[in-house]
Amino acid sequence: MEKNIRGRVWRFPENVDTDQIIPAKYLVTGDPDELAKHAFELVRPDFAGNVRKGDVIVAEKNFGSGSSREHAPRALIGAGISCVIAPSFARIFYRNSINIGLPLVECEVDSGDGAVLDVDFENGTILDAKAGREYTFPPLPDFLMKLLDVGLIENTKRKLERMKG
Amino acid sequence: MGMTIAEKILATHAGKESVSPKEIVDAELDYVMVNDVTGLPAFEVFEEFGAAPIREKAVLIQDHYVPNKDVASAEQAKSMRDFAKKYRIVNHFDVGRGGVCHQIMIEEGFAAPGRLIVGADSHTCSYGALGALSTGIGSSEAASAMATGQLWFRVPETQKFIVDGELGNYVMGKDIILHIIGSIGVSGSLYRSMEFYGSAIVSLPLSDRITISNMAIEAGAKCGIIPPDEKVSTYLKDRVIGDYSPVYADVGAEYEDTFEYDAAEIVPMVAKPHLPENVVPASEIDVTIDQAYLGSCTNGRIEDLRCAAEILEGKKVHPDVRMIVVPASKSVFEDALREGLIETFMAADAYVAGPTCGACLGGYMGVLAAGERCVSSTNRNFIGRMGHKDSEVYLANPAVVAASAITGRITDPNDL
Repeated sequence: MEKNIRGRVWRFPENVDTDQIIPAKYLVTGDPDELAKHAFELVRPDFAGNVRKGDVIVAEKNFGSGSSREHAPRALIGAGISCVIAPSFARIFYRNSINIGLPLVECEVDSGDGAVLDVDFENGTILDAKAGREYTFPPLPDFLMKLLDVGLIENTKRKLERMKG
Repeated sequence: MGMTIAEKILATHAGKESVSPKEIVDAELDYVMVNDVTGLPAFEVFEEFGAAPIREKAVLIQDHYVPNKDVASAEQAKSMRDFAKKYRIVNHFDVGRGGVCHQIMIEEGFAAPGRLIVGADSHTCSYGALGALSTGIGSSEAASAMATGQLWFRVPETQKFIVDGELGNYVMGKDIILHIIGSIGVSGSLYRSMEFYGSAIVSLPLSDRITISNMAIEAGAKCGIIPPDEKVSTYLKDRVIGDYSPVYADVGAEYEDTFEYDAAEIVPMVAKPHLPENVVPASEIDVTIDQAYLGSCTNGRIEDLRCAAEILEGKKVHPDVRMIVVPASKSVFEDALREGLIETFMAADAYVAGPTCGACLGGYMGVLAAGERCVSSTNRNFIGRMGHKDSEVYLANPAVVAASAITGRITDPNDL
């Protein structure tokens, strides 16, 4: 995982649920690229066509609430989103994202659509250079940082090896 | 130090004397469930492991998009059949043998007091009504859990909810949980375990308690647990798989918060679009409806169907309303047939369909057009949840759904 990213902001309100991220009618595939075509289709129809690799989502509290669908973070990864920043996340979305390599940052950030943010995951800082604002956040605990880095699949393989031994 | 129910269940399954909130534990799971929608990505991930699943812990249930609605869903459902065959998983409930996954997990005796169960569906928290710690996970984690039989958990803080007093006419478990979500908000229990107590909870039949635990996720909770009593043990007799040990909170258990409610103040409610926290008494809004939906893991049990049928008996659904009834399982459907409820629904001009997730998630059937409104016994009223982004879902109990179907507008059954 990249330790520093720079990305353009897509701003979302509070309580963005996973039905908004990817409507249920598209839950017939797990392919991130396919799912990305319909990301935020109902609430933000301009998203899928204009999102660029490395873009960042900034939202208000309780991002990713509702359904357990892993298709939601998969759609965001497929869309090229490099991280999601919000004051709080729904717990299943949080776990799903870390497991499949989508970094999440728990932080309240004011930056709006189109702002450019520099995120430093190791030092826990977010810089909105244009607005002259810097935010700090507690970096992920080691345990989750490792999981994010290694990924759940590799982590499970290692666990299965240990269980055999 | 005393422990809450969630803490005790996690401690037992992690092989520890005690655990505390925020601690991360590796715990042994009792069951891992996936459905047809979350199954496909799980099976794809699973093949990466080069391992066999722990067969007796895996439960596969086809419910979201079966009978197959299109070629893509047909391939998806087939992937579950192939996975079940390949690994000889006997706990596979296909079309005609099952129903909505959570109802099946309860009916078939997988859910029981003291158990730790995960499922790739957010409403897995339903089994808290039987005293289990059950919670939703994603597809990749379900794959990992099927291979290892274990999962990591952050021990949640626990909030205590006490509902005391006598419930009024047509006030159901749905109204209690909507009332609570209305008071604490959709992130009011984020990452927390909810524990429910009080005379009103004790007085509820198991069916209504399942509705309460089912919607704990709508407050953001990890789980929603009700201490198991004789109603639970009676239900599980001749049904439960294996042994189980009920778990209760210690006297000195520490709760992050305690919330108290007077049951007499709770009335039949609706949650207006587009959040379950937007609650108002059903009698206080004047809104016409186009569809009335009765079904789902939240309120598709025989008790729910009985309640609605009693109101619809000898009446007709309003000419401008489509009423759709979807029993939550084959067993519920059979009971409803035997009791004449299906006849009552059909005589009232309701449409009755086989047991699936039905219209709840807006991708299969009962989909709403722009501007249409549905009063629904389901759990979510998010933007576009049941169809077009400009359609609306009003969450309510089965009695409100039935009463509203008759009048064509959202109606408190006490006003009929």
